[in-house]
Amino acid sequence: MPIEILMPALSPTMTEGVLSKWLKSEGDSISAGEPIAEIETDKATMEFEAVEEGTLGKILVPAGTGEVKVNTPIALLLEEGEDASTMQVPPPAAAPEPAVAPEPAAVPAPAPVPAPPAPAAAAAAEPEAPPATDEDRFFAKTVRQTVREALRDAMAEEMRQDPTVFVMGEEVAEYQGAYKVTQGLLAEFGPDRVVDTPITEHGFAGLGVGASFARLRPVVEFMTWNFAMQAIDQVINSAAKTLYMSGGQMGSSIVFRGPNGAAARVAAQHSQDYASWYSHVPGLKVVTPWSAADAKGLLKSAIRDPNPVVFLENEILYGQAFEVPEDPEFTVPIGRAKIVRAGSDVSIAAYSIMVGKALEAADILAEAGIQAEVIDLRTLRPLDTHTIVESVKKTNRLVVAQEGWPYAGIAAELAARMMEHAFDYLDAPVGRVCAADVPLPYAANLETLALPQPDDIVAAAKAACYR
Amino acid sequence: MASTRGRSKATSVSEDRPANNRENGDGRSAGASAPKEELLKFYNDMLLIRRFEEKAGQLYGMGLIGGFCHLYIGQEAVVVGIQAVQTEADSVITGYRDHGHMLATGMEARGVMAELTGRRGGYSKGKGGSMHMFSREKKFFGGHGIVGSQVSLGTGLGFAHRYQKDGGVCLCYMGDGAVNQGQVYESFNMAALWKLPVVYVIENNKYGMGTSVARASATTDLHNRGQAYGIPGKPVDGMSVLDVRAAAAEALDHARSGKGPFILEALTYRYRGHSMSDPAKYRTKDEVSSMRETKDPIEQVKRLLLDGGHADEDELKAIDKDVRAVVNDAAEFAQHSEEPDPADLWTDVLVDA
Repeated sequence: MPIEILMPALSPTMTEGVLSKWLKSEGDSISAGEPIAEIETDKATMEFEAVEEGTLGKILVPAGTGEVKVNTPIALLLEEGEDASTMQVPPPAAAPEPAVAPEPAAVPAPAPVPAPPAPAAAAAAEPEAPPATDEDRFFAKTVRQTVREALRDAMAEEMRQDPTVFVMGEEVAEYQGAYKVTQGLLAEFGPDRVVDTPITEHGFAGLGVGASFARLRPVVEFMTWNFAMQAIDQVINSAAKTLYMSGGQMGSSIVFRGPNGAAARVAAQHSQDYASWYSHVPGLKVVTPWSAADAKGLLKSAIRDPNPVVFLENEILYGQAFEVPEDPEFTVPIGRAKIVRAGSDVSIAAYSIMVGKALEAADILAEAGIQAEVIDLRTLRPLDTHTIVESVKKTNRLVVAQEGWPYAGIAAELAARMMEHAFDYLDAPVGRVCAADVPLPYAANLETLALPQPDDIVAAAKAACYR
Repeated sequence: MASTRGRSKATSVSEDRPANNRENGDGRSAGASAPKEELLKFYNDMLLIRRFEEKAGQLYGMGLIGGFCHLYIGQEAVVVGIQAVQTEADSVITGYRDHGHMLATGMEARGVMAELTGRRGGYSKGKGGSMHMFSREKKFFGGHGIVGSQVSLGTGLGFAHRYQKDGGVCLCYMGDGAVNQGQVYESFNMAALWKLPVVYVIENNKYGMGTSVARASATTDLHNRGQAYGIPGKPVDGMSVLDVRAAAAEALDHARSGKGPFILEALTYRYRGHSMSDPAKYRTKDEVSSMRETKDPIEQVKRLLLDGGHADEDELKAIDKDVRAVVNDAAEFAQHSEEPDPADLWTDVLVDA
């Protein structure tokens, strides 16, 4: 049987084209890969190459024909040993649809179309309950530690029990960490596992992801998250997406960690909160601890997690001390918020440094007779919507405090979720307390004005209570 | 097929290089001969890639493959020559012109083609497509769509080889278009600093999409791009599978022995456009046809087999037939494998912790 040469699609969007010119005539022999015709697509004029070898038996669509649908037979190719008498010219209108469907003759009966998947936003569905935890029982025996010490202990404990865990970043080894978070790790684990990198964020982020593909568990420290913008392509395109693109084969168990957000008067380029940036991305987990206990318990969970985790710390919190469980088995599950102060009048959700400010605000509100419930979100992705909704069902009011800019921020996401899941329980609009929508200024007074303060939270909470 | 009569030895390639091809530094042609079995394997493996890619182009033309599709036709000798001297411990990573690399590592033609058609029988269950396929079993780590990103990732694979002391080397492929990305040099620096076992293979096919190397690169001897970091580099005729094999053996020995990375610049050529929709107006037809007629890597091996008396036309035809059967079987499979289950839209985003 002669082979039908079909009008090809030569661009991702082409459905028909012009057969501009035949480069071969009937009777010419053709080898595989040889150009046989020129075809004008929706984008360009392209040469069309033969796939099979043989003799051009008959041209079915003459040169100069326009609007030739993709997959219309345009010529017949005779294979070795065939002659023109074997040719049966197909009817001219035989163009099958240029669809992503197998050739008609060879198609088995199509499988029944399965039901469409659930829509992305199942608005009415109840939010999933957060993962279970037994973290509270570990607080029977605690030690007072700074966030800095808790983070270091988390890494050291995980490195002791898993030889594939290693730490890399700028100044993490001999200098003991730019913020001393990795203090002592080099002495215990040596330079193969505590690796000083050059100042080369894009490169070492990619190197870390590559190592994770080979089943190591890197903890990649960014001196601050501001510098990780150099590396964000590797965090998102490689770490977050490869599992999906590989059909589940190539996971990346990696932690990217470092201080995030404003420090103290280091101006706009060193003061950004990246929470909403990374929380936007499927394939990442995003963790934002406030207390030292959560910093430790969540970092341990992050290192054990088989997925890429963006771990956003805060420089100002590094020196703050909290009670931390002593037991090295203590962990905090990723994806579970925590009520850090119970209250009945208004819910205040916050993460990282803003939790402390929310607690200050709650004290002030209490003096005014308003009992605020403060929720430490702890994880931003996956977000524990359930705990927030349950709180709002009780207080009927929500204020969200974040250090980041307001536009498309975490608070905006929470406001949307409350409309989806708690609309009927809200007695006031969700309040947002955010940084001013400007690059962070250097001057002390302007910086204070730009960053959200406890008084701003108090004002927003009072507004939600119509007080 | 274009005649190459009158050229009897593959070694003649190194005497008559394309304009941007340069002699090896030592002036000798590295790999003039090989045993019959190896020549036959080269012939088979390169032909498999050639026929597979031609079939992929055809299925693309029929609308069965969508999106971006970058064919490897013309460059077959690079990956086949290097694969011949790899060990099982070695890992491979590349950019998005990746079908040839997958087939060379031994990934199944069916699974690769079914990924191209976006079916559940594909290596990524239809969720990756032409640019994103992986095989942990074959140590093939993708398949990456951002130009240059695989260089940092591959350096990380090299880091893991050293960390795990498994004796492996990462073969980290990139095109000539990738060599001006910043992260490539960040990676070169770290690889040299830590003496990581990585062979960086620059497949210089003369054009990054439509821009020639000379129009994109201030210096065009791309194997010298590691000089600032003390990384040795070498050009090799990427149209000669024997030369590639010999150069790759040297590069792999270097990296495996603990001396650090090596840069191999394979001077090669792609016959097709950058992707399926590229009319390739930035080069002359003569340039392409001259390459096909005088440098074709498969024809070179064919001549070595015939002129050396290792095989006759009938034996080669039998190989052609077998290869075509594998490719046709892959194409059939790729058309009849089911589309992904809609429920799979939601899977593989995260691993269950």
